[in-house]
Amino acid sequence: MCSLAFFPPPPPFSGQVTLYEANNELVWGNWTECCEKQHWTPPSLHFPRETLKPHSRPESSSKAAFLDHRDTLWMRSAGAWHDAGLTGLLDEITNSSEEVPKWLTLSSGCVLALLRWMSSFHCSLFPHLTLSGEDMVAEFSQVLSWSDSAVQSFAWHPHTDKFAVALLDDSIKIYNSRSAITPILKHRLQRSVSAMQWKPLCASTLAVACHTCLLIWHVDPNSLSTRPSSGCAQVLSHPGHSPVTSISWSPSGSLLVSASPVDTAMMQLQTSAQLCFALCVIQVWNVAAEICVPLQRVGGGGVTNLSWSPDGSRLLAATPSALFRVWETKMWTCERWPCLKGRCQSGCWSPDGSRLLFCVQGETVIYALTFSDVAGGPKSAAVVANLSVTTFSGPDGDLIVGGEVQSLAWDPTGERLAVLLKGNAESSNHSAIIAVFKTRSSPVFELLPCGFVKGEAGAEPRLMQFQPHFQHGALLTVCWSNGRISHVPFYFVGVGKPCSTGSPPLPHFTSKIEDYITHTLYTEQMS
Amino acid sequence: MFSFNQSCWFIRKVVRWRAVASIGWSVVLLPPITSLLVLFIRFSVFHPTHWLSGCLGLLTEASTLFSMFLLCAAVILLAFFNLQYYTVVPSIPCSRVALLAEVLHPRQCVHSLVHCAVGMLVMWCVCVMAGGRYHALHSPCTHGDSGSVDVCLNEYHMFMLLAGAFMGYSHSLMGVVQNVHYVSFHIIQQYKYMRFKGSVWWLLKCSAVQSLYSVRNYAILYFLFGHIPRTWISNTLNLHIDSSVRSLDSFGGLCDVSLFYQLWISGTFLLLTWYLTVLLFRIYVTEPYRFPVQSSFAEDAEECLPKVLTEKNALVMKFLALQDLALLSQHSPSRRQEVFSLSQPGGHPHNWNAINKECLSLLSELTQRLIAHHDAVASNGRAKPPSDSRSSSSCSVTSGTEDLSQSPFHSALSRTPGSVFGSAVSGVNLPLTAPFTPDLTSPFSSPAFRPLFSSQLAQKPWLGSVQSPHVTRRNPKLWSTSTDSQTNGSPLPSPEPAPKPAGERKPSFLSQWLQNRKEQVKGFLAKRVLVVYLFNKLPEASSQALFADSQAHIWALEGLSHLVSASYSEDKYGVVQTTLPSILSSMLSLQEAVDRHFKLPHASSKPLKTSCSLGDSTYKTLRFALRAALKTAIYRITTTFREHLHAVSVPAEQQKRLQQFLEYKE
Repeated sequence: MCSLAFFPPPPPFSGQVTLYEANNELVWGNWTECCEKQHWTPPSLHFPRETLKPHSRPESSSKAAFLDHRDTLWMRSAGAWHDAGLTGLLDEITNSSEEVPKWLTLSSGCVLALLRWMSSFHCSLFPHLTLSGEDMVAEFSQVLSWSDSAVQSFAWHPHTDKFAVALLDDSIKIYNSRSAITPILKHRLQRSVSAMQWKPLCASTLAVACHTCLLIWHVDPNSLSTRPSSGCAQVLSHPGHSPVTSISWSPSGSLLVSASPVDTAMMQLQTSAQLCFALCVIQVWNVAAEICVPLQRVGGGGVTNLSWSPDGSRLLAATPSALFRVWETKMWTCERWPCLKGRCQSGCWSPDGSRLLFCVQGETVIYALTFSDVAGGPKSAAVVANLSVTTFSGPDGDLIVGGEVQSLAWDPTGERLAVLLKGNAESSNHSAIIAVFKTRSSPVFELLPCGFVKGEAGAEPRLMQFQPHFQHGALLTVCWSNGRISHVPFYFVGVGKPCSTGSPPLPHFTSKIEDYITHTLYTEQMS
Repeated sequence: MFSFNQSCWFIRKVVRWRAVASIGWSVVLLPPITSLLVLFIRFSVFHPTHWLSGCLGLLTEASTLFSMFLLCAAVILLAFFNLQYYTVVPSIPCSRVALLAEVLHPRQCVHSLVHCAVGMLVMWCVCVMAGGRYHALHSPCTHGDSGSVDVCLNEYHMFMLLAGAFMGYSHSLMGVVQNVHYVSFHIIQQYKYMRFKGSVWWLLKCSAVQSLYSVRNYAILYFLFGHIPRTWISNTLNLHIDSSVRSLDSFGGLCDVSLFYQLWISGTFLLLTWYLTVLLFRIYVTEPYRFPVQSSFAEDAEECLPKVLTEKNALVMKFLALQDLALLSQHSPSRRQEVFSLSQPGGHPHNWNAINKECLSLLSELTQRLIAHHDAVASNGRAKPPSDSRSSSSCSVTSGTEDLSQSPFHSALSRTPGSVFGSAVSGVNLPLTAPFTPDLTSPFSSPAFRPLFSSQLAQKPWLGSVQSPHVTRRNPKLWSTSTDSQTNGSPLPSPEPAPKPAGERKPSFLSQWLQNRKEQVKGFLAKRVLVVYLFNKLPEASSQALFADSQAHIWALEGLSHLVSASYSEDKYGVVQTTLPSILSSMLSLQEAVDRHFKLPHASSKPLKTSCSLGDSTYKTLRFALRAALKTAIYRITTTFREHLHAVSVPAEQQKRLQQFLEYKE
């Protein structure tokens, strides 16, 4: 089993950042050195936190700012029903005792008390329900300290050199290698973006998980417009399905699943009292036809994180309680996996969909589950890496790494695993850091140490993602707390990749590979 | 009740048993639902123990068991009766008058009548079980002045019975408007129990809400016209009207909360049992069926996938076969191997060729249909001004699925302006409409109704935009009722009106003159508000109608593209390679046609969401689903083959388009 103690120590000087991996080791250097190592260098962007004005969110209500105005009881009741559902209505009736008969006040007061009692009981079972929408997103997001991160979400396009960045001011920017235009997407409903994903097998469709709904943007790659109108966005919403914290497209591009920690699709009473059962609801969407099928299972109390295996056969659904499910997507049945310690914080799939790595809140290990089609499901999860706190001593003082995991990312070739470690906010030398493992699946699955990815001094990694189609190995994109987005390439030759000329680690050696690729399958005579 | 003795093996062997199973389950579920009904309808707040013991006692009474038996019989009867109305391609009326014609169609009238009768029967059973003041149609009453005991009419009972009839009728009506009998296929595969469990809550909510609306409408109706049936019944049955009890069509009589509560509960029960049958049937019939790809025995050859795909008579089988194709191409490598395999002896890829051919013909048929529609419709979204006598209110329908000669209504309406003949006689699409002629001239040889599940969709090429505002699409039906429908209670269609084929054949001076008259009448009528209201094309409807059967195309696209992309690594003999150019060019030309279609007004406008109804509105968004599936299918092929596609020979324009796809610029 691999542990952090086997890792090569991080660079001694605090100014140095991780530039790339070549010849099996990570190369460190100054920030300015990292360039011209790839064909298309993805733009290293910088969004300073100060320049972004977060949306002023009327958290509870802006009602208090307005003059008191007495509507009729009927109007107020209707408004209360609309705003706060059944509890709001009951509250309104209870509070306007001079206008309604006494028995009504009394009975609604009783019902309200009963509701509150039940909801408090329910919330004691599922404490996350007491959180507000924003806090809930921050709690369950894969992004480290989501609420004050300048970059709230990041999504590489699965096929082409294009990515989308969601910023703190609720706008989304799209960068494309082929054009200088960066479209900015803004929409009235685009609030607190918690996740984004490009539709596979499509050039232009981006799904965005927002506070109250799902937005499906259709960004025409040929368009010259920098501000696509909100008519390009398709709004998918389902009563009770908010905030949406996680979305995932099926790899075949036909379905989209979305999840919310507080989905109450069963009752749909619009109550803030959360009078629901502990249901886990995943909404499965056929986006084009706007058809939505809820998949419900009792137990868990919502779904926080979804991840579709790259081969499309399985879907991981984590819940806010110590339980996660693995859905099989042929007939949509699920396996329950109760974890002992806490909820499943993050998970990722191997490229062939046979292995799931996950980590549990409150534990400092990575578990692996191996699925196979023939011998049924796995019986228990195996610990594959130990991430307990380790101290590296250096000239600048000790550096502490390790602890709980924020998110996991596995590169599409299945050779590198990046683990974003939370660190400790109080301690100055125990900051968040990304540990990168090499993975090997034969003869036995194991993780081998590769190194740490570190940014500029004082910058913590906030979120990370591998580019899905990097030619020469793997490319990890990291968004830092200072608003910078950098790309760390890992040059290696994959095990499964056919390669004629040894192992050329750097792209300027790889011209032969490309010649090989450009050979056509068909010859002109055949067609 | 309906013809299971169809020639198609699939209907006999599979669909029949699925239908029987679904009906069986709805009968099994009936007693628990009835018990719940008894509990709810006799609910009393103030005597809970009395209420419970009373209900338990009632459930074991002979009268309750008898009415339970009657209810079961009613459910079975109705379920079997409804089987012939199910369809996998929805009927989409293009104008209000078409909708009206559909409602007034004799077939539909029979449907309504049966539902009215069964609704009354169910309500009678409910009254028996509810007891109390609802128990019987007559009740003893005393005359105020003489003191003699007499038999009076129990208006509560009558109120409930009529409510049953009303709800039956409105259910049948909503069935037409909302396409309740349209069977749509689920977007994901689930086990039947899970699907049922997932829909139960929605079903309950739906029936409760619908029942509430029905109760409201019924109360209004009864308030206005309630005295008519009351007098009529009391006169015919020689019952007195109790003057001491306030009559229910008065304001005071209707102010009765418990009456409305009980009416609402029993209405919910009524609708719930019906919806349940529909839901169970949908779940059972859309369950994927696994067709063998090839069989070693010659007698099973017609049950194999390549053969079944080409089937035209049982549309449900074609749909299930396409679904199976889409599933096998995605999930099962071993069955894909069978598709790519060569015949023994001979070494021909018969399986692949047959599948490929059928899918491509489906796609090209849709392409033709779209092109013809686009040609017919000018850029303003209306029909072209007549070079022929097509009226502006006309709307394109797939003539492949329409029967002009179905009802007296249709033929009567057909003589009104803007009829189908104008365009058929001297249409610009004369070559296109030509194949239509045999259909007109041989009305008797063709089945009276497009039989359930038998479709001419694939059989006929796109026949051009035969125009009529009045002709609704007579949807293909689940079961053939070809000639048996005449014996089993369905109305007979009227024979073809004589002038029709005549006018068709020789455009003589007389017909020319008639044509001019028609023009004048039409010009006159076009100015009338009501006529315009009735005949104006519903927005989107023509677009929806064009894509009504697109689920088949979506599966064909998915199946083909998955098979092609799997062939990159799995196809040992290269059988797919030879057909790749034709697949690509057919997809690209469909893409072009779809793109052009979506530039039409109303084509890309989204339909409003229907709130709570059993009617499946998925057909309204099928065109968007098709567009997305098409693009995904092309991308699936281009991402698999990438630059190798440069070597595939497709026409130059399509090559350009393909390049766009390769660069992810679509």
